[in-house]
Amino acid sequence: MKPLTWTNAQSIGEVVAQLSPDVVAKAGGVDLMDLLKEQLVEPQRLVNLRTVRGLDGIIDARDGVRIGPLVTLARLAADPTIRRRHAALADAAGSAATPQIRNMATVGGNLLQRPRCWYFRAAEMVCRKKGGGQCLAHDGENAYHAVFDNQRCAAPHPSSTACALLALGARLAITSPAGAREVPLEAFFTTPEVDVRRENALAANELVTEIRLPVPAPGTTSAYGKLGEKESSDWPIVEVAVLLEREGATCKRASIVLGAVAPTPHRARAAEKILEGRAIDEETARRAAHAALEGATPLAQNAYKLPLLEVLVRRTILAAGSTT
Amino acid sequence: MSDETVTVRLPSGIAGSPDNPLKDVERTIPADEPPPLPPNADLTVIGKPTPRLDGRAKVTGQARYTSDVSLPGMLYGRLVRSPHAHARVRSIDITAAQKYPGVRAVHVVEYLRGGAVLRDKSKEVPSAYPMVRYAGQPIAAVAAATPDAADEAARLVKIDYELLPFVVDLDEAMKPGAPLVFPGPADQAASAGGGGGAADVPQTGNVRGPARTTKGSDVEAALKAADVSVDMTFRTQVQTHSALETHGVVADWKDGQLTVYASTQGTHTVQDELATVFDLKKSQVRVITEFMGGGFGAKFGAGNFGVLAAHLSKKAGTPVRLMLDRKDEHLGVGNRPSSVQRLRIGANKDGTLTAIHLESHGTAGTGVGAGTSGPAKNMYVAPNLLTEEYDVFTNAGPAAAFRAPGHPQGCFALEQAIDALAEKLGMDAMALRDKIDESAARREERRIAAKELWTSRRQKPGSDPGPIKVGVGMAQSVWYRFADLDATCEVRISRDGAVEIYSAVQDIGTGIRTALAQVVAEELGLRAQDVAVRIGDTIYPTGTASGGSKTTGSISPAARNAAYGAKRQLFEQVATALGSPAKNLVAKDGKVFPKDEPSRAIAFRAACAKLRTEQIVTRASRSDEYGGAEKAVGRSRTGIGGYGGVQVAEVSVDTETGIVKVKRVLAVHDCGRPLNPLGITSQIHGGIIQGISYALYEDRVLDRRTGRMLNANLEQYKIAGAREVPPIDVRLIEEYRGRSSTDAGGIGEPATIPTCAAIANALYNATGVRLLELPMTPARVLAALHQKGTR
Repeated sequence: MKPLTWTNAQSIGEVVAQLSPDVVAKAGGVDLMDLLKEQLVEPQRLVNLRTVRGLDGIIDARDGVRIGPLVTLARLAADPTIRRRHAALADAAGSAATPQIRNMATVGGNLLQRPRCWYFRAAEMVCRKKGGGQCLAHDGENAYHAVFDNQRCAAPHPSSTACALLALGARLAITSPAGAREVPLEAFFTTPEVDVRRENALAANELVTEIRLPVPAPGTTSAYGKLGEKESSDWPIVEVAVLLEREGATCKRASIVLGAVAPTPHRARAAEKILEGRAIDEETARRAAHAALEGATPLAQNAYKLPLLEVLVRRTILAAGSTT
Repeated sequence: MSDETVTVRLPSGIAGSPDNPLKDVERTIPADEPPPLPPNADLTVIGKPTPRLDGRAKVTGQARYTSDVSLPGMLYGRLVRSPHAHARVRSIDITAAQKYPGVRAVHVVEYLRGGAVLRDKSKEVPSAYPMVRYAGQPIAAVAAATPDAADEAARLVKIDYELLPFVVDLDEAMKPGAPLVFPGPADQAASAGGGGGAADVPQTGNVRGPARTTKGSDVEAALKAADVSVDMTFRTQVQTHSALETHGVVADWKDGQLTVYASTQGTHTVQDELATVFDLKKSQVRVITEFMGGGFGAKFGAGNFGVLAAHLSKKAGTPVRLMLDRKDEHLGVGNRPSSVQRLRIGANKDGTLTAIHLESHGTAGTGVGAGTSGPAKNMYVAPNLLTEEYDVFTNAGPAAAFRAPGHPQGCFALEQAIDALAEKLGMDAMALRDKIDESAARREERRIAAKELWTSRRQKPGSDPGPIKVGVGMAQSVWYRFADLDATCEVRISRDGAVEIYSAVQDIGTGIRTALAQVVAEELGLRAQDVAVRIGDTIYPTGTASGGSKTTGSISPAARNAAYGAKRQLFEQVATALGSPAKNLVAKDGKVFPKDEPSRAIAFRAACAKLRTEQIVTRASRSDEYGGAEKAVGRSRTGIGGYGGVQVAEVSVDTETGIVKVKRVLAVHDCGRPLNPLGITSQIHGGIIQGISYALYEDRVLDRRTGRMLNANLEQYKIAGAREVPPIDVRLIEEYRGRSSTDAGGIGEPATIPTCAAIANALYNATGVRLLELPMTPARVLAALHQKGTR
């Protein structure tokens, strides 16, 4: 690790005034410490966000819940409002990583963490994401890689909370020295086709200052599910967040976001369409789950992800459909 | 030790067993051995669950592990490793590293430790530096004032490599024309800790072997003539040791004296190696292992890192700490070799085996020792046996002994094949084993296991309705009874009543500290906590290295012999004061008294106060195996009979996702006379958890294009965590054999051997599908289920 300096920031303004490619913000530090040790980032200075007041609140406002980016995954998972109103988010946060990591990791950091692809994480391997000419996973060891949109880069997006937040229709408040903006999460993630070097649209001098969730329409339920080789301390093979907006038995609107399967959280629009206008039952869920696989382009070692994904989507739709 | 002998009667058999009850066996033993110990039921401290004496120190952070050692002026060492899998080093430039602020020493590896060496050196173009044969191979090390400076300086060592073709995949390495790891035959001497193999085995390309064992006559003919036979091929993965504390040392070279704090399984094996490397007398090398954060067979020697640390300390004139990081640990200090095993077994209609043929290939990377034939050779009775084992060299880190070398792999194959055979024969899997297994202990273990968790839960394969299917499976282990006669203890009794035991033996975390205290306490009529145990330092009498599950069996008799000697001295010195001949005195319940007059008892402490000298010091070694050993090489013994166990696993399989969960494990084991059932149970837990981890999760992933390990961390190298640990029910049987003054044995290895096979057999019982490859991941389980569905 290269020597670096440290600043305790007091305000958002003070943070964004300092941020640059060489000066990066530190929240929980879970991913940042890995990146530093792996020499994937070599900043000269870290700006500590934990000394900034007001970045770690969960506020139940009239227009919805506002979550500070420094709220830890553990708090998010335990928060009564989140649990009641946005079950998918509570479950995604509560089943990520390990209890120790959830106590340190923040939701903002979780959204912004870099992919776990082992080619990307190995400093000595220069893949396309690091300016090289190819995706090393394509002809390499790709059992855990993306099965959708993986032509340019097969590193799956690692954020579980991103899947849930996207399904729940979250928007991000972002501040830069130039001012504040609000971005729907849907428009926040960057596909490899747009820019393979990044996973989102946050500029080097910007800070996510709030995550805003809309008040769910009456009859809305959500659920999150994941499948992995292990339950303790492991990344999912596949994960999904499902939001159902229902009127009586009929599903008016569905939002299904697949995780660990594409370079960005992946909306399964074909699956959503199948649910819309229908009652949620075993057969509908089965058809939707099958439709969720549409467009998949598995690699040599990861086609097994598809049957897992199908089962998980079916089970999670039914789980969301059985809660009230 | 006395040359005179006496003939005594010792307990033999299995406590509580209907088939093999306790009786006495007669043995002629050295006259100065302590009198035979009765079975545990008649003892006070031995055999009673005893919390580990160092438990408090460990959980409060007081215990000082190697990685906690901090000496004045200590520098931090860092390895420089090759990123290339196969290369010749043209030149190394250390000037920039030396100039980096804080750097005090740089040392380049002159001779590489670990792995095989070319039989005929002239086959390779000479190189000024060791040839690089795997990615991660240590090239040099630096020592600096801070870890960060050492890291940065390590990066500044400039190495010019001539890159050579390499191969990391076993199947690829076996092909004609594959890149050669060694340009000619290569050997690695077999080591006490396992690994290595016989010299002068034939080698073609990267394939070294076969090493053959034969028994009986024509195996091929016997297989052909068998009423029923199975022919199956199994594959197992490479597993890395991943001990919680990485390998490492703090080396302190001062005034021609080398002191090394080492995370090691053998204080003396490290001392021996360093004395040889640096041409020192053993009196000039001191190795200290006060507390140890785990070792599974890869921590016997000084290692490249240890030798480098000593060089750095010598150059810098100050202590150097060189603890490996997790990546170093995965890459270069050992692993369990992979295997591809074709196993054929023939049987008569009544179940008796006619022949076993095992052909096994495996890669120990640049090392030798991928054999898997232990279980096939030792578990069951078969009149005809042929095992043919091949090592396949690949450009990957060399293997090292790993908790029962070869056995979990061999057991995964053998125990599934025996299950498949039982099914073909229409026999219950346990009943077949009753027929073909001669071990009395295993029979008793099967009897207990069947009663507890088998008969009630075993059902026809795949009979659960719905996608989640549950099944039970069993497997057993057999391990050797190894003992080291170079095992010595010293017991001191002071006039204030203090009792101490000293030995260089190290506690690798399994609890020998507590067991030694129990043995001494039993002899002196005290409690375990009354005995201070000072171990893990070569200034004390020679212990034994902890490998082969031999620590307890080797050192506990020495402890008892020394305590017995000290007790006799005590009795002689206080006999007059107590008004009774020394031979009539007993020490029990914290008191000393004449055998027939307990009313005249005085406290142990009061007895000690009557000592004529300030201190009694008695030293004793372990005697040879009572009644002889199966094999004797130098001071090492392979005793008659082995240890083992029977495990039953219950698993659930989600047939839609391929996810396997272990619901519970019942483990019935023997280890001779159990000294501390609490410690033994804990070790069995560890063995089973490691077995589950091997069965379902762990797998070293190498990139075929670069030869580099992709998951050299504990994130993507997957190890069972808390949620993967099922309820584990341990039952110990007490098996007495009358072979030493404690008759105790070890448990570390037999505890982990059968778990993966029991899980595989349970998976079959749940689904009707056999998993022939480890680890049993969702991808593999789904593929196997799919294959069955389409057949």
